[in-house]
Amino acid sequence: MRAVITVIGKDTVGILAKISTACAQHNINVSEVTQSILQDLFVMIMMVDISKSDIPFTRFSDEMAALGKEMGLSVHTMHEDIFNSMHRI
Amino acid sequence: MINTKDILETITMIQDENLDVRTITMGISLLDCCDSDIEKTCRRVYDKITRCAKDLVRTGEEIEKEYGIPIINKRIAVTPIAMVLAACEHKDPVRLAVTLEKAAQTCGVNFIGGYSALVQKGFSPGDRELIESIPEALAVTDHVCSSVNIGSTKAGINMDAVGLMGRIVRQTAERTADRDCIGCAKLVVFCNAPEDNPFMAGAFHGPGEPDCVINVGVSGPGVVRAALAKAGPDCDLTAVADIIKRTAFKITRMGQLVAREASRRLGVPFGIVDLSLAPTPAVGDSVAHILEEMGLECCGAYGTTAALALLNDAVKKGGVMASSHVGGLSGAFIPVTEDAGMIDAARCGCLRLEKLEAMTAVCSVGLDMINIPGDTPAEVIAAIIADEAAIGMVNSKTTAVRVIPAIGKGVGEELSFGGLLGGGPVMPLNTWSPALFIRRGGRIPAPMQSLKN
Repeated sequence: MRAVITVIGKDTVGILAKISTACAQHNINVSEVTQSILQDLFVMIMMVDISKSDIPFTRFSDEMAALGKEMGLSVHTMHEDIFNSMHRI
Repeated sequence: MINTKDILETITMIQDENLDVRTITMGISLLDCCDSDIEKTCRRVYDKITRCAKDLVRTGEEIEKEYGIPIINKRIAVTPIAMVLAACEHKDPVRLAVTLEKAAQTCGVNFIGGYSALVQKGFSPGDRELIESIPEALAVTDHVCSSVNIGSTKAGINMDAVGLMGRIVRQTAERTADRDCIGCAKLVVFCNAPEDNPFMAGAFHGPGEPDCVINVGVSGPGVVRAALAKAGPDCDLTAVADIIKRTAFKITRMGQLVAREASRRLGVPFGIVDLSLAPTPAVGDSVAHILEEMGLECCGAYGTTAALALLNDAVKKGGVMASSHVGGLSGAFIPVTEDAGMIDAARCGCLRLEKLEAMTAVCSVGLDMINIPGDTPAEVIAAIIADEAAIGMVNSKTTAVRVIPAIGKGVGEELSFGGLLGGGPVMPLNTWSPALFIRRGGRIPAPMQSLKN
């Protein structure tokens, strides 16, 4: 099962490090990362594999949101199926 | 990998444009709960609902978290209670209403629909008792919703039932006058009622449905408005229709995903996705604002009916390919007090009842959530219902009336219901009397299905 982590906010040092450390702590593998600046905002999108995760997905999603809040960023963790179903026929 | 633009678009839709799944509604048949003893019937009804829907709310919340899609309501629709009541020797329908309320509270759902009767051709045992009990049932419960089908294209209009419902709507308002007449916000009178509608107050579980089923209603007028705003004022109406279709497709795909997941996790068959644009009183979640984005100065101006016809049709065309089964009310809703743009248009006098009636000929439901003066006689309410039913009957579409007589209040004063039901001004009515026409009773015969002019 794969999920998409989206990070939106002001660019600072260590965003990628912190998010990927949190993933590693729960045995979640990062398979792809893209970063860009959109309308002055830092946008990072990570594709992660959550099939071997050591916590339930909903708890991981809460933890990521909390971590984002600490850093002043908005972090969403969503199941990849929502994007697949909305944007692919 | 999924396109970055697509990912951000989905997140913007949810974060900024109020995209949500309005409701997961579980339909439950109560036909196997009937017994001649009302005591036993109530017990069976309670047991069956709480057994079938025990995981409904929890499952809804899990899906919400996992997919990051807000699911605003979890609801239950049951077999029209008049059918359950038919078998009881001692017909005391309010006890069943209280049972439904108790079951809704146990399951933690937002609404339970199905305190209903289908009387388009006439009354069968239990129907009249149920209808007469609606004012009390809605006064003593908070979550129960009621609906009565008084006409259909195949059967015509039961004018005895129309006259009766005029009186019942008034009495329901009077019984809940201390709470801004909220009882009437939970009471709909239908023509051509769909049997699989997940939206309240008109949801019930039709007799042709399976034992238990999951129906999902989507929403998202804010997303459509934002897409049109982005396209700007220079694109023509062909392009506008295309943008709406494309947006409706995406919204519905999300609904389909939620419906499939809910059905799988609950082990209950998937029924339909209702392709609807359901507004809420929140800013940025309004159907009226879509019409204004198309180029009307204010909702209610000439052009509103045409704009709504385009919107309603494009929503269906876009949504229908996105889901394996489509049903319910599918289309754009125009509930006045639940739509920020409609409330403003009604307040400034641009949106009037006559225009709303015309709009109902091309949209998915009818005269919905309209506050009318408190001194409106029952016959006038009945005549509003008759007119609306005639539009539905002749055009082979669902129409409905959900008006709220504002007891003790007049034009310009306001009612406030809170939550999704919103609030708004009392709108003026034509006060000439239709009393004799309504008093005649009888049935309006079903219309011709050929010679369409």
